[in-house]
Amino acid sequence: MWTTKTFLKKRKGSVLKIVREHYLRDDIWCGSDICTICAHQNEELVLEKNPQPKNKKFPFPHYIVLDTCVVLNQINVLEEDALCNVIVVQTVLEEVKHRSSSVYKRLLDIVGNPNRKFYVFVNEHHKDTYVEREPGEKVNDRNDRAIRVSVAWYESHLMSSQADRRKRDRVKVILLTDDVDSKQKAENEGLHVATISDYVRNVEDCPGLEDRLSQHNTTYELQAGGREPLFPAHFTPSQIHQGIKSGKLLQGSFLASRENFLEGQVNVEGQDKMILVQGRVGLNRAVDGDIVAVKLLPEEEWSVPSHMVLQDEGDDSDVLEEENAILKSKDERVAKLPTGHIVGIIRRKWRQYCGILQKNPIEGSVRHIFVPAERKVPKVRIETQQADILSSQRIIVTIDSWPRNSRYPLGHFVRALGTIGDKDTENEVLLLEHDVPHSKFSEAVLSCLPKLPWVITEKDVQSRVDLRHVDICSVDPPGCTDIDDALHCKELENGNYDVGVHIADVSHFIRPGTAIDKEAALRATTVYLVDKRIDMVPELLSSNLCSLRGNEERFAFSCIWELTSEAEIVSTRFCKSIIRSRQAMTYEEAQIKIDDLTQNDTLSKSLRGLNSLAKILKKRRIENGALVLASPEIRFQVDSETQDPIEVEAKKLRETNSMVEEFMLLANIYVAIKILEDFPECAMLRRHPKLPVSNFEPFIKAGRNLVCYQPLSVYTATIHCKINQGICMVLVT
Amino acid sequence: MARMDLISFKGLRLDGRRANELRQIRCKMGVFSQPDGSAYLEQGNTKVLAAVYGPHEIRGSRSKALHDKALVNCQYSMATFSTGERKRRPRGDRKSQEMSMHLRQAFQAAIRVEVYPRSQIDIFVEVLQADGGNYCACVNAATLALVDAGIPMTEYVVACTASLANGDVPLVDVSNLEENSGGPNLTVAALPLSGQVALMEMSQRFHLDHLPKVVECALQGCRDIHQILDQAVRRHTEMSGSALGWGNRAQVDL
Repeated sequence: MWTTKTFLKKRKGSVLKIVREHYLRDDIWCGSDICTICAHQNEELVLEKNPQPKNKKFPFPHYIVLDTCVVLNQINVLEEDALCNVIVVQTVLEEVKHRSSSVYKRLLDIVGNPNRKFYVFVNEHHKDTYVEREPGEKVNDRNDRAIRVSVAWYESHLMSSQADRRKRDRVKVILLTDDVDSKQKAENEGLHVATISDYVRNVEDCPGLEDRLSQHNTTYELQAGGREPLFPAHFTPSQIHQGIKSGKLLQGSFLASRENFLEGQVNVEGQDKMILVQGRVGLNRAVDGDIVAVKLLPEEEWSVPSHMVLQDEGDDSDVLEEENAILKSKDERVAKLPTGHIVGIIRRKWRQYCGILQKNPIEGSVRHIFVPAERKVPKVRIETQQADILSSQRIIVTIDSWPRNSRYPLGHFVRALGTIGDKDTENEVLLLEHDVPHSKFSEAVLSCLPKLPWVITEKDVQSRVDLRHVDICSVDPPGCTDIDDALHCKELENGNYDVGVHIADVSHFIRPGTAIDKEAALRATTVYLVDKRIDMVPELLSSNLCSLRGNEERFAFSCIWELTSEAEIVSTRFCKSIIRSRQAMTYEEAQIKIDDLTQNDTLSKSLRGLNSLAKILKKRRIENGALVLASPEIRFQVDSETQDPIEVEAKKLRETNSMVEEFMLLANIYVAIKILEDFPECAMLRRHPKLPVSNFEPFIKAGRNLVCYQPLSVYTATIHCKINQGICMVLVT
Repeated sequence: MARMDLISFKGLRLDGRRANELRQIRCKMGVFSQPDGSAYLEQGNTKVLAAVYGPHEIRGSRSKALHDKALVNCQYSMATFSTGERKRRPRGDRKSQEMSMHLRQAFQAAIRVEVYPRSQIDIFVEVLQADGGNYCACVNAATLALVDAGIPMTEYVVACTASLANGDVPLVDVSNLEENSGGPNLTVAALPLSGQVALMEMSQRFHLDHLPKVVECALQGCRDIHQILDQAVRRHTEMSGSALGWGNRAQVDL
């Protein structure tokens, strides 16, 4: 029950022999409800007692075991609900983790979903299914053998519990693999085996499943076989490695040009200047974001970035047009940039892309072109039966490979989002392309929420400062439901002011390390769209318990100062508090209260006090060299019936906007001082350093094309644009 | 490559043990004939030899002798072939000196030194293969050797390590791979029956909230090891006793 695993690890020229222990257990269960031998806990009974066979090729009830390649290549098929009762052996899980962490994460998500009935079988530590590597056997072969041994074990293990069933009701185990060798060996050993495409094609009631099959090693290569390669071959990984070590090749990330589909730049780490790559041979099948190996060309061949805006108007044919004609028009005034050719791809950073289908003009053809929404990404060739339905929809496609003889990369369809032009679909496309998490909150997150009705207990009152008697109010944009800050200002006997900023105490409800904390960290912010709001935390917190609503008692974290009438800080204190905001006002309402001198209630007086203090604070800040960075925002007025926008207006900046801003800034400053004092080693502070001159280069370049151009040195700049006159004036202070 | 998870979501560690399971322990007493007491102990892949000489006259300077107690002298050394890369200095380097001091501290707590005034007890420990938990294996082996030498002790001294996986699951008896993965390690040398702790060492800081459960995990590990060592001692006594014909022949049953 105890063995050792020995293997050699080669590191920095020396060879290390590593010996590790490996324990074999007898308490690993098979996870099947049928089994009468294993002593399962209730939650471990994942695999069903009577799995429904829904496959024409395998009409008997069965469980499925997956091979590593199948999981890595066909993860999209696995995410569909059609496949259930699947056994994932530990060998496969470890290999997937090693090769692709994104596929591994998706697999873990599927396994975590109890409705999918995926069971992880720890075959490496099970005394009957542990397989040792034979001398001369390659690691991959050993892993395949381990998987086959597990399948055989499952068959025999389940057989003994099924003796009382009729033959055609007995549950069998099927291995799905694409490896020809492994398939042959499995058949020889008498196991049921099938390729993934075979299995998927025969699944009943799931028509879209076949489209999701990834085209890794099949039809395209055969069909496009006779054609000449269009691109130079990529270097092998070892050649790349050698090239980088010897300095002949450079490693960097490839950034495609948005304007010109035949141009891009490689950003090498540590080097300031980017390396230009042009032309199809230069780009050599790199996609925006990939990590590539680039070879610098000799200086005579260095070139300049093209000034033309080029779009890919090509069709499906695999013939390249004359490129020189396209890349003409070089600006002789600009200095030449280091230019190179991409010779190999170190790591692909392919993701899922949104876009539309460009139907093949030939009727009845299955091969179509997908045009991504992101201009930097090339078009993708996909195969689908549902072209008619999909041609009017926004779809998501992922890239599988880019063979040498194909003008475009090959990929497969993942899912459809909705009709083109439909507001929700377009919203969805934007959110996906900009990587904004917008799914519903999971069960785990919702279970972290406090139960309603929420009351303030005695314990809470004792551990927090009670500020419910203070006249606090909040000022926010109209229609705001997630009120996170509130202010108060009271005149003291000695002529000074007692001013406080109260921030909703979210940390009382969200504890570190919980599911809701992790989800909020992933989302990082609430995204405000015109008609929708994607919350960072569920609505119960963001709009209710953590929102300082008018006339409701809420928990807050307060920062209270004593200020002189000249806004000099006398003292500061911080505390956890309970507040009751008197009123939640909009900017306009607050402004009216300040301006209307007939109103003399405590709230109006506090607002006027805050306003005058804010003005002094702002003046002091500007004198000290603060930058005003905000650009004007606009608001859409949406028609309530048709949900169409009917008007656009610019947001008016009133004194109250500036007032709230000043006090929030003041609070930030004093919090920063306090945490730096108490946690000097780990306080997270924020600073705005001086702008580097290079940030202004694209602006100067664009300005050069207009009438007046003067080289300027820029320190702090206030930029006024007179757009209707087409002149840009840059004022320097 | 992804960071190694010390404990998978199925509850198994990298080598297949669960969080509260010890590594396989094998031991043998009386392996050498020259020292007064000796023992060989394997804890997983960590293999340790211990030899005990004494009590005897103080070697070297007489001035060091204590008038009412015995002097306990420990020496810890690692064989050059014990780690992955060959070690250049088997004894006399800082780490070995520190380990020797710790061994001394642990055994001073348990050996009945007032029985042998003005004398010296030597404990030599040699690590043949180091795979995590070296100190613990040394303490355990030395305990067996002391029992073999017949030196009176109040109790067995047993040591065990514990660590934290994924931030909050306590693991007992960590191997080298788990030690080096960056989690905090706690080593405890205790007298298991009375529950007293002779030595406690932490390799890194960790949060106060986790400390009680990690300490409890290590102490439970010590109790489990104590049972194993106790059985080994009884087995050894039976075998050597029956071979020499101690006790009634009719009562001895192998």
